[in-house]
Amino acid sequence: MTGAIFRPETAADVVDAIRDGQGPLAIEGGGGLKGLGRPIQAAATLKLDRLTGVVEYSPTELYVTFQAGTPLADARQALAEKRQRLPFDPPDLTRLYQGGGADGPATIGGVVAAALSGPARVALGAARDYLIGANFVDGSGNPIRGGGKVMKNVTGYDLCKLTTGAFGSLGAITATTFKVLPVAPAEVTLALVGLDDAAGQAALSAAFRSPFEPLGAAHLPADIARLIDAAPGEDALTLVRLEGFPESLAYREQAIRAYLPKQADILVLKDEASAALWAAIRDVAPFQAPDDRPLWRLSTAPTAGPALTAKLKSALGGSAYFDWAGGLIWFAPPTGAADAGAAIVRPAAHAAGGHATLMRAPEATRAAVDVFEPLSAPILKLTSGLKAQFDPKGRLNPGRMYAGV
Amino acid sequence: MVQLPDPDPEILAARDEIVAALRTLIAAPDGVIDHPDEIKPYETDALTAYKQTPLAVVLPETTAECSRIMRYCHQRGVKVVARGAGTSLAGGALPLQDAIVVGVSKMTDILDVDYENRTITLQPGVTNLGVTDVVAADGFFYAPDPSSQLACTIAGNIGMNSGGAHCLKYGVTSNNLLGVEMVLPTGEIVRLGGKHLDAGGLDLLGLITGSEGMLGLITEATLRIIHSPEGARPILFGFATSAAAGACVDAIIASGIIPVAIEFMDKPAIHATERFAHAGYPLDVEALLIVEVEGSNAEIDDLLGRIQAIAAAYEPAYERIARTSAESLAIWKGRKSAFGAIGRISPDYFCMDGTIPTGKLPEALARIGAICDDYGFQVANIFHAGDGNLHPLILYNANQPGETERAEACGGDILKLCVELGGCLTGEHGVGVEKRDLMTEQFSEIELDLQRRMKRVFDPKYLMNPHKVFPLAEPLRRLEAAE
Repeated sequence: MTGAIFRPETAADVVDAIRDGQGPLAIEGGGGLKGLGRPIQAAATLKLDRLTGVVEYSPTELYVTFQAGTPLADARQALAEKRQRLPFDPPDLTRLYQGGGADGPATIGGVVAAALSGPARVALGAARDYLIGANFVDGSGNPIRGGGKVMKNVTGYDLCKLTTGAFGSLGAITATTFKVLPVAPAEVTLALVGLDDAAGQAALSAAFRSPFEPLGAAHLPADIARLIDAAPGEDALTLVRLEGFPESLAYREQAIRAYLPKQADILVLKDEASAALWAAIRDVAPFQAPDDRPLWRLSTAPTAGPALTAKLKSALGGSAYFDWAGGLIWFAPPTGAADAGAAIVRPAAHAAGGHATLMRAPEATRAAVDVFEPLSAPILKLTSGLKAQFDPKGRLNPGRMYAGV
Repeated sequence: MVQLPDPDPEILAARDEIVAALRTLIAAPDGVIDHPDEIKPYETDALTAYKQTPLAVVLPETTAECSRIMRYCHQRGVKVVARGAGTSLAGGALPLQDAIVVGVSKMTDILDVDYENRTITLQPGVTNLGVTDVVAADGFFYAPDPSSQLACTIAGNIGMNSGGAHCLKYGVTSNNLLGVEMVLPTGEIVRLGGKHLDAGGLDLLGLITGSEGMLGLITEATLRIIHSPEGARPILFGFATSAAAGACVDAIIASGIIPVAIEFMDKPAIHATERFAHAGYPLDVEALLIVEVEGSNAEIDDLLGRIQAIAAAYEPAYERIARTSAESLAIWKGRKSAFGAIGRISPDYFCMDGTIPTGKLPEALARIGAICDDYGFQVANIFHAGDGNLHPLILYNANQPGETERAEACGGDILKLCVELGGCLTGEHGVGVEKRDLMTEQFSEIELDLQRRMKRVFDPKYLMNPHKVFPLAEPLRRLEAAE
């Protein structure tokens, strides 16, 4: 990527930069997720990392507005001071990439553009579920507002959801408003030791058949658990996370055991120990740089996860772990295959009723194979059609998701 | 009254031909309704101030039939209005004289119940409460709970992104919808999402949820089902002022407790419902709060105790904890019958649906009172206090000449106030025809044009529910001229 770099300091500057500029623009926040998506050819870069800070925060009304370039860490800190949080538990994935986050911090805008949600997504919902307002500038330089600052809003089409996960292809996001929720006073994780993938996943489904509202549900095979400092022991761990007021938590921690497999040893991790383990799962610590293997993120029905993973591992080798009760699989095949294993991964994901994203691979690979789930003809037509309405000249992150989009 | 577009005389004249063609597209002999008496129930929805007799009503049974119908209408240039149960308060299912109505009442199959993955897949004519009925015996429920849940369909819930009293904790339809199969206005069949989370590509599932039947026909839906908590019980508070009730809500939220529901009623709403439902509500208070929490009995007692302690600072004039499920039902009985109760004391009412930031409640109530005084209408306010969704009910009499129009204008002023206070025109009912011409209060022309152009991507001939959501005439002509 070459050419000029614009670093606007206000949303009005973003309007000017797009309105006055010519040619394709690469849009980024901190720049730490540049390795995610198809490589793009841009005449210039629109870098939004100077658009930072809390615009408005009303803890009792449960909403917060951040400028898009606000570092994720700062956003978390601002909310933590009022004992609140972004319920979808956004991960910092910048350390998956070469440079290990040295390109710049994870930003709120990046979290939204890439639709990144953490372990709590399985219980509380995704980035798209908590983004209640989004300001962005379309490809013609028009400032557009989606949503607002209220959590119930069905006025017109839901542009917030469409913006989430669009990788900047529909607009340069300048500000984001989220519904926030309180942090529970206490948390605990039950760690079942030594289950295989299928038994681990079954235990996670069972936890969700209880009335005790698990907040997180993950399964770490032994080879992965050993890579995580916060994970106790050397064996596979099947994790069920609970949170609440202390008395309630003590009750639920006991009561949920009746739903879990009787024969498994259960370790109990409390508060900081629990939080540290889930942060590692959230930020995909087992596969962070300097690991540079290809990395796939597969989403499927939870019960389909173990068989799908077994199929991938037997065909390609590599390692994997499960979040979202088994429905989110992080899979790293060995380095070497020119297509990063796409010829195996894509049909397998499809057959399991899910889809796959190539989260990390060398640039040449990402130029040659689909990074995002290939779209059926009518869906591709809708996608291209929407792109043409938001960005008629195809200037915003062209081709980052799909060729021609 | 909101203006409806003039019918196309060519289409009206071709009614027999169109009806005959539709009959060839579906299997059921009674699947096309064209007799005037049988069409009558489809002329309006719960926004009864508006009525339009459609060309015909079609009730397909399968996705393939829906596809054939849409393909035909696209080719023939016939407008289509999708209809669930017709419970829209915004005119979302209001037909047009030159349109056909496509109803989902024959598409009611449950296709798959999957507790291990916590999903249910069904045809969209299943009612909202019908979903929970299927899974309740196994301890599960479907969370969105609009007031009309006994009648309203999943198709309509998806079209309008319906909410309910419990969405403070569980979210609205879009937060509980995992996938759909839908027929595009061109007749193409597509699938979005499924049993997995975060479907690939752009979030088209998010876009079509709440798109008010303008982007396609939903033919199948996969919903998130959740295991029920061990129990749920409310506490009822009465306060001397609305401001005290509002401050109490803020304090509960600030303490870190997120109740499953926080419902607010003002004095006129309390009085109307008490007379009707005899729920034992206090009559000498200005504001009533119902705060419900979930968990085991001990957890509920603990949380209600905490809430009671917080509320004490706001000096509630009345409080009543539900100790049993019967006492819970008694507390909810009044709130759940509120709309019916208002219907008893007034010949007609408009149920408004703005949302405001919750901290603006006292100001909003004072100014809504003033607006209604100016117009000479009584108003009762019901409010989902946790999420800011306000339902002022404007009481009027449609038989008095000009009163419907004045009540509409009064409602419009209330919604403008919601926007001014930092909120929006509609929280869960949708824009429909009711709020269509107010959209310019919330959006710029550029923003509205963008949304109209988005519709055209799905519906190139602008045939699906073309008279809804976006102000008509000029902009449409401009779009056409640009093409």
